Amino acid sequence: MATRIGVEVSIAVADAVKLCNPDVIAAYPITPQTHIVEHLAELVANGELDAEYIPVESEHSAMSACLGSAATGARTFTATASQGLALMNEVVYVASAMRLPVIMAVANRSLSAPLSIWCDHSDMMSVRDTGWIQIITENGQQAVDNTIISFRVGEDPQVLLPVMVHLDGFNLTHVVEPIMIPDQAEVDKYLPKNRFPLPLNPDKPVAMGGFAAPAIFMETKWAQEVNIQNSKKVILQAWDEFNKIFGRKYEPIEKYQSDGAKTLILTVGSSGETASVAVDELKKEGMDVGQVRIRLWRPFPFEELREAVKGADVLIVMDRAISFGGPGGPIASEVKAALYNQAKKPNVVNYVISLGGRDTTVSDFKNIIKQGVGIAEKGSKNEYEIYGVRG
Amino acid sequence: MEKYAVYVPRLINKEEKFTAGHRACIGCGEALAIRQAFKAVDNNIIVVNATGCAEIFGGQFPNVAWQIPWIHTLFENTAAVASGVEAAYKAMRRKGGLIPKDTKIVAIGGDGGTSDIGLQALSGALERGHDFTYICFDNEAYMNTGIQRSSSTPFGAATTTSPAGKKSIGQFSWKKNMPEIAAAHNVPYVATATHGYPFDLMTKVAKAVAMPGPAYLHVLSVCPTGWRTGTDTINQYARLAVQTGVFPLFEVENGVYKMTVEVPQLRPVTDYLKGQGRFRHLSDDVIAKIQKRVELEYQKLLEKTKHGRK
Repeated sequence: MATRIGVEVSIAVADAVKLCNPDVIAAYPITPQTHIVEHLAELVANGELDAEYIPVESEHSAMSACLGSAATGARTFTATASQGLALMNEVVYVASAMRLPVIMAVANRSLSAPLSIWCDHSDMMSVRDTGWIQIITENGQQAVDNTIISFRVGEDPQVLLPVMVHLDGFNLTHVVEPIMIPDQAEVDKYLPKNRFPLPLNPDKPVAMGGFAAPAIFMETKWAQEVNIQNSKKVILQAWDEFNKIFGRKYEPIEKYQSDGAKTLILTVGSSGETASVAVDELKKEGMDVGQVRIRLWRPFPFEELREAVKGADVLIVMDRAISFGGPGGPIASEVKAALYNQAKKPNVVNYVISLGGRDTTVSDFKNIIKQGVGIAEKGSKNEYEIYGVRG
Repeated sequence: MEKYAVYVPRLINKEEKFTAGHRACIGCGEALAIRQAFKAVDNNIIVVNATGCAEIFGGQFPNVAWQIPWIHTLFENTAAVASGVEAAYKAMRRKGGLIPKDTKIVAIGGDGGTSDIGLQALSGALERGHDFTYICFDNEAYMNTGIQRSSSTPFGAATTTSPAGKKSIGQFSWKKNMPEIAAAHNVPYVATATHGYPFDLMTKVAKAVAMPGPAYLHVLSVCPTGWRTGTDTINQYARLAVQTGVFPLFEVENGVYKMTVEVPQLRPVTDYLKGQGRFRHLSDDVIAKIQKRVELEYQKLLEKTKHGRK
């Protein structure tokens, strides 16, 4: 039986990886990802996890070693954050284009400069076009569950894509939460063995990573796009199946008190729970407000988003990253794009909050929601609002 | 000599792992060296290839020239990809995976991919002790992108980014000593080789691949396109590089240095430099400087082999 324990989220994520019995873990230390890979190294060192732990000399090599490992059909895991994700960027693209199911935990952290070890989503947003499946978690339990789910999704022969599980640095990685740690037998039931169809194997030679002339390049890219679009149904099945076995349900867009609400706040990541408290308090004060959260970032859940917000008049979208010189927050710009052609759509107001670990409290969220409704009514000169910044 | 021509081919494995029909330039030393190298080993090999000439001329989808498992991902990460393949095989073998026994991992790259952009990944993989062989096919510049200088380009050579001119003698720095950098990692086996001495090359490849732990081979590969030499002269220049002391053939086995091709009397470097378009601008005093440097480096190497002898 699963056991509910108080545990640091990073440790729980590492334990979830162990339950999935990976063959290779290649990682380079970067705050706030370190506790995840330290615990995995410890599990390997103690003989509790039979895997090769490669202590590589950079994140670029971490992801590169993961490519080599996944190409042999080995179950492969890594974790990183921020500059690490930026350093491995070109390799991240290759993993998805070569259909190599690497699973990676990303402890969301801001990108330099100035150096900041604290959380925002600038790293996560920098890889949204890399062709990976991206699942964004809101608490420790979700991070644990979706780590296990990611192996099943990524390695599914219909998918064969790498998957990132995003958990906010410090806000999640370094907090102790009560978490249900699944039972090994249940995970074994849920997660089949990795059956990579065309591994590097001298018994049946294959060539991987040949270069493509213009006559074939576009076809490979279109195949990749069709593939990630089609992965959504497998993700939904994997979440359904997870719910049947473990009793916890995940959806691409998750709703909180949103049915019939005329004002909605859309959140991404750990601040969503703080926003939920603000929603509760505002409802008590008589405001008609609800919340939606993006759980699945890639492939983007267009239908589910449209369905979730169609009844609302105002949609206040929270972003923890800026597209400099652009439309503000990446999430809001995608949400707006998804709604643009809809006959009935809410008025979208975008707030950029919580960069580099700046706290956004319950009262801040209440302010944002109230201000946002005002902006929706009266309009604003700004493309987006930035909350709580001096000067 | 006629009998030699009949006898020698019989000593070589007929099977081609790197097949004809690839798209290398006429007279490519690298293609020849690759062909020789993989004749020295069996089929139980996985090749990890860096971006570069060999990847381009042997790896165009769908006409890949490799008959054994081959993977290319990026330019600078080849040793890291090989680390992942090696670790995966180790783990899967231990856990009862469906893989053959004793599969060997061979990573290959050019001089740019090895001594410049891939040096960090290579150093990491050598230091961690993965059981793999890394072969650098050194044609002494970024030939694939159009003959730009690398840290492996020899002093004085004209390239497109180290052109000779009124204020330039061509390459301004001395060739980076990759075999010594590899040897400084205290790996079990490091060697130099060239296609001009095929049996020496094949012996070293077989030894490197069989050796447990990391092995590094540095293979001088003449590039007629970039060196501005005749396409029928590649083995001549490869042999002159050895006979002038410019590129000595040696190995370092568990720290013990040994010359594998002894050259009792070095020929003057002019024998090697002349006829190569990349060096034709060199004045006598620059050539004298090169001569002096070659002799110094050769002596330093000979000293090391003396210490190594038991």
